[in-house]
Amino acid sequence: MVDPVPERPSTVAPISSGPPAPLARRGGGWSEVLQESLRTLASNPLTLVGFLLVVFLIIVSAVLLVLPPLTELLLRHAYTIVPYDPNGISTATLVAPTWWTWPLRFPPDMSHIFGTDELGRDIFARVLFALPLDLGIGMFVTLLSVAIGGGLGLVAGFWDEGPVGRGVSTVIMRVTDIFLAFPSLVLALALAAILGRNLNATLIALTATWWPYYVRIVRGEVLVIKHQGYIPAARIAGVSEARIVWRHVLRNLLEPLTVYATLDIGSVIVTFSTIAFVGIAVPPNIPEWGSMIAYYQGLFYPSALWLVLAPGLAIFVTVLGFSLLGDGLRDVLDPRTRRAFARETRSSTSPEPASSPLAAASEE
Amino acid sequence: MGRSLGDLVFFVGRRLLELIPVLLGVVVLTFLFTHIAVPDPCPAWYPHAKPPVIAACRTFFGFGQPLYVQFEKYIVGLLQGNWGIDQSGAQVFPLIAAGIPETLELVLASLAIMIVFGIALGVIAAQYSGRWPDHLIRVFYLSGWAAPTYLAAILLAIVVGPTFGFPTGGVYSVNPPFPQPTHMSILDAMLAGNPTFTVDAIAHLILPATALAFLNLGIITRMTRTSMLEILPMDFVKGSRMKGLSESRVLYRHVLRNSLITTTTVLGFTASGLLSSTVVVEEIFRWPGIGKYSFDAIVNYNFSGTIGVVIVFAIAVVFANLIADILYGVLDPRVEWR
Repeated sequence: MVDPVPERPSTVAPISSGPPAPLARRGGGWSEVLQESLRTLASNPLTLVGFLLVVFLIIVSAVLLVLPPLTELLLRHAYTIVPYDPNGISTATLVAPTWWTWPLRFPPDMSHIFGTDELGRDIFARVLFALPLDLGIGMFVTLLSVAIGGGLGLVAGFWDEGPVGRGVSTVIMRVTDIFLAFPSLVLALALAAILGRNLNATLIALTATWWPYYVRIVRGEVLVIKHQGYIPAARIAGVSEARIVWRHVLRNLLEPLTVYATLDIGSVIVTFSTIAFVGIAVPPNIPEWGSMIAYYQGLFYPSALWLVLAPGLAIFVTVLGFSLLGDGLRDVLDPRTRRAFARETRSSTSPEPASSPLAAASEE
Repeated sequence: MGRSLGDLVFFVGRRLLELIPVLLGVVVLTFLFTHIAVPDPCPAWYPHAKPPVIAACRTFFGFGQPLYVQFEKYIVGLLQGNWGIDQSGAQVFPLIAAGIPETLELVLASLAIMIVFGIALGVIAAQYSGRWPDHLIRVFYLSGWAAPTYLAAILLAIVVGPTFGFPTGGVYSVNPPFPQPTHMSILDAMLAGNPTFTVDAIAHLILPATALAFLNLGIITRMTRTSMLEILPMDFVKGSRMKGLSESRVLYRHVLRNSLITTTTVLGFTASGLLSSTVVVEEIFRWPGIGKYSFDAIVNYNFSGTIGVVIVFAIAVVFANLIADILYGVLDPRVEWR
């Protein structure tokens, strides 16, 4: 495996490893990061769509989780936005959703908007019920991987001098290389399968699959940041090591990590649902998108395609939200496309200086 | 360090040497994971067997022995070319070796689809960047990214296949009357000089290859678009326009050619994702490659099979990256081998 960053010309390196974005040059505080992100969102309609989708899904799953216990406590009756019991069986078996058949009926019958399955369970309730589980796992695993992998990457990148530092750094990178040699899905599947074929095993498996990517990303970024002039300058000025890491290193890591984490939440959800699809992540009574697709396509009802499409659409929309958001963020935060982007949109808010160090760096 | 052939040989040799510790690590990790987490898979292999049968199974496979003894036995066997046996007692290596060309055929077909469509879409997106074709293409490739492998594959298998009359399982419709020396369905049929089976094999390849390509198309499209956008504002592009070259010539001969350098490198990165996807795609389309084999091995606690498949996958990923790096160096004269 090739270390993506310093040894090669800047065009080789994966998207993240260009010079740090111009944000750093302005030297503002953390609040400026927020401002910049909001400006980013407004600049591309698709990114905004992704952002709104993500916010909407998070709000819906928060309501799903919080509303029943809260109303139970306050009103002595648990209200929920799920229209039916996701495991409740009714006599209305294999009811097609109203939008399924042509011509559409008006006003549409909203009783089962995604139809029901062969046991009369409401598909919409099942799909909705699975949202907090999938979303939560996506976010939890990604954050945990960022923390573990990012921490190790920081250690391997920033403190790699001296015999001890070099030794530790080498060990971390060799172990990372070994983990990266596994194709991600194979590692996740195999770990989930041997660690017990349940939710906890799947969580461990997913985290074990994702952390090495962050070691790579963070170490690469840190190696670039470390050799920028302002780090030695800060050292000479007597700034403490902790402050350098916090103010200069972590601050510059925030952007690439945000982009990768946003994209990864989607990938983690896809991988999690794939493990569930295989049938080793969740028990059958817990609705989960992947296991629903596996179960319903196994029934072989060729005309009842909504059974597969509804959970498929749910996972598609969720992952698309994170992908749109992450992809848009990356486009604007990546200094290489950023220049082209700034020229296109003729953003009046932040005109690029003609002789930015970025231009110099990428033309070397 | 320079660009001579000797430098290249040295570069490749060093990369292959670096592969050895990684592979050793992969084998050790997989062995430990599997054997510590499931010290005794016999009850899972024979769920309804009586205790004496389980005990016999345990003795036969040596699961009662201490871990280091089992590991020593396995690693000595591996070095001698014996990759172990699966739960039915069959040698693992011939099964894996037969699956490799099948998967290679599938992956090459989907790579071809990816390159043709991905680069075309990337060029269009860059040409119209910020306008609606760009947004449309972005939604298209991100939907490939967002759709889980199994969903796209299942929809292709249960909707597209029956509707358009494509076969959705296996490599041939009926067992072929000819031997299959290469284990690549199209090549075997062509070697046997059998046009009916050749067409049949191509028809069987289309849907799984499309499923694989659709999911990974986005990376190519994205990289082509990004690197074209990066090159478009450069001075030499302005220069060639000022010289009076036609816009299409500037775009295809100068900009695209330079941006393909980056796209090539990224192809190497997609190898890992492509191989991961084969696990699910091959299982759904019953394609007899190593993806399907690894799926079965993982689900059935076939440890020797799992380790063997992981070794093959790890080698494949390293080789794909190596080939991408070599191509990159060939395309970009500034790169030095080191």
